[in-house]
Amino acid sequence: MRDSRSLPAKLALYAAVLVGAAIMLFPFLWTVITSITPEGSLADGPTVFVDNPTLNAYRTLLDAMPIWRIILNSLGVAVVSTVLQLVTGSMAAYGFARLHFPLKNVIFGFYLATLMVPLQVLVVPLFIEMKTLNLQDTYFALLAPTIASAFGVFLLRQAVIGVPTELDEAATIDGAGHLRIFTTIVLPLIRPALATVAVFAFMGSWNSFLWPLVVIRSPEFMTLPLGLSTLQGQFTTQWDVVMAGSVVSIVPIAIVYLLAQRHIIAGVAHTGIK
Amino acid sequence: MSRRGGTAAGQPLSAVTEQVPDTSATPPSLSSVTASRRRGGDGGHAPTSRRRSTRTQKLKKLGWVLFFLLPSAIPLFIFTLVPMVSSLWVSLHKWNLISPMEWVGLKNYTNLLGDEMTRRVFLHTLIYVVGYLPIVYAGGLLLALALNQKLKGRSFLRATYFLPVVTSWVVVALVWKWLLNPTNGLVNQLLGGLGLPQPGWWTDPHWALPAVILSSAWKDLGFVMVILLAGLQSIPTDVHEAAKVDGSNAWQRFWRITLPLLSPSTFFVVVISLINGFQVFDQVYVMTAGGPAGSSQVVVGQIYDLTFRYGRAGEASALSWILFAVILIITVFQIRGQRRWVHYA
Repeated sequence: MRDSRSLPAKLALYAAVLVGAAIMLFPFLWTVITSITPEGSLADGPTVFVDNPTLNAYRTLLDAMPIWRIILNSLGVAVVSTVLQLVTGSMAAYGFARLHFPLKNVIFGFYLATLMVPLQVLVVPLFIEMKTLNLQDTYFALLAPTIASAFGVFLLRQAVIGVPTELDEAATIDGAGHLRIFTTIVLPLIRPALATVAVFAFMGSWNSFLWPLVVIRSPEFMTLPLGLSTLQGQFTTQWDVVMAGSVVSIVPIAIVYLLAQRHIIAGVAHTGIK
Repeated sequence: MSRRGGTAAGQPLSAVTEQVPDTSATPPSLSSVTASRRRGGDGGHAPTSRRRSTRTQKLKKLGWVLFFLLPSAIPLFIFTLVPMVSSLWVSLHKWNLISPMEWVGLKNYTNLLGDEMTRRVFLHTLIYVVGYLPIVYAGGLLLALALNQKLKGRSFLRATYFLPVVTSWVVVALVWKWLLNPTNGLVNQLLGGLGLPQPGWWTDPHWALPAVILSSAWKDLGFVMVILLAGLQSIPTDVHEAAKVDGSNAWQRFWRITLPLLSPSTFFVVVISLINGFQVFDQVYVMTAGGPAGSSQVVVGQIYDLTFRYGRAGEASALSWILFAVILIITVFQIRGQRRWVHYA
């Protein structure tokens, strides 16, 4: 059916997908171009071929904020929060799927309730909580709301339920306890779900803006989205500097994306199928 | 905690430490019965040891439950459940984050519901959702249909379309703020070159929301495409083959087979987009900050401003609960309504 397509139809299809790709890629290219265009030439807008490319905007950026530290903050917070969510989530998933205890459904209901409440409902009291505990403007404050995610627990619980209990029983006969069953049988078998949760945890932390905006003041604890937004506040009309900041923010995640592209897309696709 | 789970029932160690007075191996006698009664009414000796082991077993089981659940339960309790309840509490008060709270009952809610500003921010949010959803769905579907064909470089194209999804909202908003710059932005230069009118985009009250919608749709197109592509690939090919044998054309097959069988994925996209859409904030804050003149202020932006600019935390909390109620009602309606149009194969 597909091979019988006529040549014009095929060409139209290729033209369409390439135009789509151009629309997706060109803004990124434009960002890079703007960042290396001398400030004086920006008044009429940059051109695709830059006349006197310069790294001045990047120098201004380095002077304006501790950008390396901000990049490391972003990466570090994202990695730590991902690991925490995987650990806490998979353990809770095992607990709900394999252990029997009173009020299990009620407790699981509480987990689901926290899943439905959006961050903006929590922002004010969470901010006050951090202020009272004297934790505002710290790494801990950035991490606190992401130590455990009910979404992760929910997704991983489904995956654990999918692991046949016969495997557990066989291991129990061999003398394995819960910890060994969890680490050697369940965890390896729910790897796809773990990957999905990892992708969402990492992207969620990497993109997070509202919470850092509320709880962080000092540049040395800022993450990239917050740093960029403050940068824009400082250099409102200096688009070369703002775009240099954008390039610097894109590069780390682009590298992660290049390395793990297949898994990331599979992870996202995985959530939609259910 | 794992240590407690590690000591098995009936092990000498636990027996000795927990039951020191009861170690005599004498057969059940009057004295031992009274002794055990004094200890709390336990029965004879043999049942005691069995009960003892079930008790330690129960403790052990509880230990495992705590071991597996506490790492998630404690943070969820402290950083979600407690703030949730205190947010309700704050919403019943007048409070500027500094001076003591003043009880006002439901006044924050009634004030907000009667307030012109509330209606405006909800209207803007609704315009955003209504503008955004058809664009990402139609665009995402077209890309998914195209990539579901035999194409050279398919995985490269798919990765390219998905690139904006991993880029943060703040970056996307800044890049598009620059592209949509009214004077020297790329889009207006292109429009000018074609002799078309050049809108003021984020500087014009009528164009601020469309600017936000455009950039948001650009970012999420790849996400919707990946979900729909996964849906398309799960449609069995023999259904299409059978319809073809029956003489249907491609157009009919799309409307009668592809779209209905894609409805679970469509449902997912719609539900997620509405939930996220009503919570739109980052890109608005960066691109327009709700302006010009409040023309693009959305609900979450208003919550933020009420709290941190105007010191009206009580009203902000109340508004966040109204937003939550709206999202919840819409989601429940969709889940109820899905029976009518979502077909699970």
